[in-house]
Amino acid sequence: MKNRGKTVITIDMDKQKITVERVKTVAKLARLNLNDAEISQFSAQLSDILQYIEKLNQLDTAGIEPLAHCLPVSNCLRDDIIKPSLGTEKTLSNAPDSDGQFFIVPKILDESGNL
Amino acid sequence: MQILKLTCKNLRDKIAAGEIKSINAVSAVFEQIEKNDAKIGAYISTFKEQSFAKAKEVDEKIAAQKPVGALAGVPIAIKDNMCSTFGATTCGSKILQNFHSPYDATAVEKLLAADAVIVGKTNLDEFAMGSSTENSGIKQTVNPLDYSRVPGGSSGGSAAAVAAEMCFAALGSDTGGSIRQPAGFCGIAGLKPTYGRVSRYGLVAYGSSLDQIGPLTKNVEDCALILNVIAGHDEKDSTSIDEKIAPVQDWLATVNTKPQNFKIAVVPELFKGADSEVVAAVKNAIEFYKKNGAEIIEISMPHFDYAIATYYLIATAEASSNLARYDGVHYGHRSKNANDYIEVYSKSRDEGFGPEVKRRIMLGTYALSSGYYDAYYLKALKARNLIRGDFTAAFAKADYIIMPTSPTTAFKIGEKTNDPLQMYLSDIYTIAVNLAGVPAISVPCGNDNNLPIGLQIIAPAFEEAKLLQIARLFEISRP
Repeated sequence: MKNRGKTVITIDMDKQKITVERVKTVAKLARLNLNDAEISQFSAQLSDILQYIEKLNQLDTAGIEPLAHCLPVSNCLRDDIIKPSLGTEKTLSNAPDSDGQFFIVPKILDESGNL
Repeated sequence: MQILKLTCKNLRDKIAAGEIKSINAVSAVFEQIEKNDAKIGAYISTFKEQSFAKAKEVDEKIAAQKPVGALAGVPIAIKDNMCSTFGATTCGSKILQNFHSPYDATAVEKLLAADAVIVGKTNLDEFAMGSSTENSGIKQTVNPLDYSRVPGGSSGGSAAAVAAEMCFAALGSDTGGSIRQPAGFCGIAGLKPTYGRVSRYGLVAYGSSLDQIGPLTKNVEDCALILNVIAGHDEKDSTSIDEKIAPVQDWLATVNTKPQNFKIAVVPELFKGADSEVVAAVKNAIEFYKKNGAEIIEISMPHFDYAIATYYLIATAEASSNLARYDGVHYGHRSKNANDYIEVYSKSRDEGFGPEVKRRIMLGTYALSSGYYDAYYLKALKARNLIRGDFTAAFAKADYIIMPTSPTTAFKIGEKTNDPLQMYLSDIYTIAVNLAGVPAISVPCGNDNNLPIGLQIIAPAFEEAKLLQIARLFEISRP
């Protein structure tokens, strides 16, 4: 398995394809605040699914191009003409919190401007 | 005359001829919904007042001999993952339970422009992720033919609504079989058009390179009628096909043409995984075609067996990216327990998404994460090319491929909910079609213990006309 980034890959090839620690990291990447029960359940279920998916390794894909979609088209561009858009009111109409002009979110930067 | 027994086309013709009033059809539909939907659970929302108003408008236009659309006055349901400016668009999810779309999906707009009466929005597996509609975060839908069984999924509400005569046709969406499988389980017709044939604008995205909107109807002729209305290029969807490449046709005009000199490919190794009653019913259908002039050839599709593994990497990777938009900021649920901006994301998403959606986001995020991308996602894209190659090779030899829609008939509620992998494996026959982007239809071809069996027919890209003709030939010859 090729390691492209800094992440240390921990796979126990015998059984558990994805460890609890790895599930926690992925949950963080996916911005899912999973509880311990979910983490252990997903660790087992995702391991089963990944075990099944391993069958792709039987396929020789050397020289095969990846296929992202099946359409005989690419780079669909329209003319650069300004058209009516949704507008502020409609855009904000489903916002959990807004002031009529902007979406309101909790403070992101601290007093010194750090995240 | 029992209005509810009519097909969509027959009702349309009778309304246009002034023999039936739309208002009576709408009235019959709402009586049926009020009588049965508490048990069946097909609808998430219904629009009674709006439906009667639209019916009245259509009836008046017809009485005044003004021109009306191709679905004038016909009560139709839409899956609740299509945006509408009326009612909520929940996608079967708690995260979108109170979401009111500021715009209509193009398919919805086209139905309205054709003067259809949209009576309600139907239940689905949350974000269309599932094969039984049991993953809905809103409610349970049961199979109208046996309340202890699932209607299939993810368009289970649409299939149940059509089968239980609570509408005359419905729209669904199909990412890995979500139109065809519930159509098969509920004993109706369901068409997944070629990818790009129907605009996805306003269809809440799951797996963008696989998702396609299509009809669930009482018969094949109705599939043609609905496709006539919803197909076509849309500048708001860059993956909707240019009509210079694939012109919109009048599929209704050609659906009753009997196909001549056609070849059907069957894949013997694929019958191994299906129940014997399912295999027998599909083989009977193949015999039927043989008697009606088809040449049957046996082929092999060596990469078909890799379709589920490929699909569950590509679809979940796309889903993890598509569903990143549910952030508790722009629309949808926001957690009341969030203390900082990270928690706005992570707690809102944790509270709003159900278990299957979380599982797929996790799998997709994992497959795309640093160090795993090549081994999983890129490998799956290459496998996808090989799978499409199987279809290309098959269509070089034959006009159609025939196989079951599903390996079994409708399974029991709760039977597969604890084992996600077993649930995924039930999509074995439908999933490869989405990976190849080609059109396919499911039509009823028999019963096992009073539960319907679906026959799946697959055609080359943009050959819906041929596909509908061969499916219609089978349908009109059945008792």
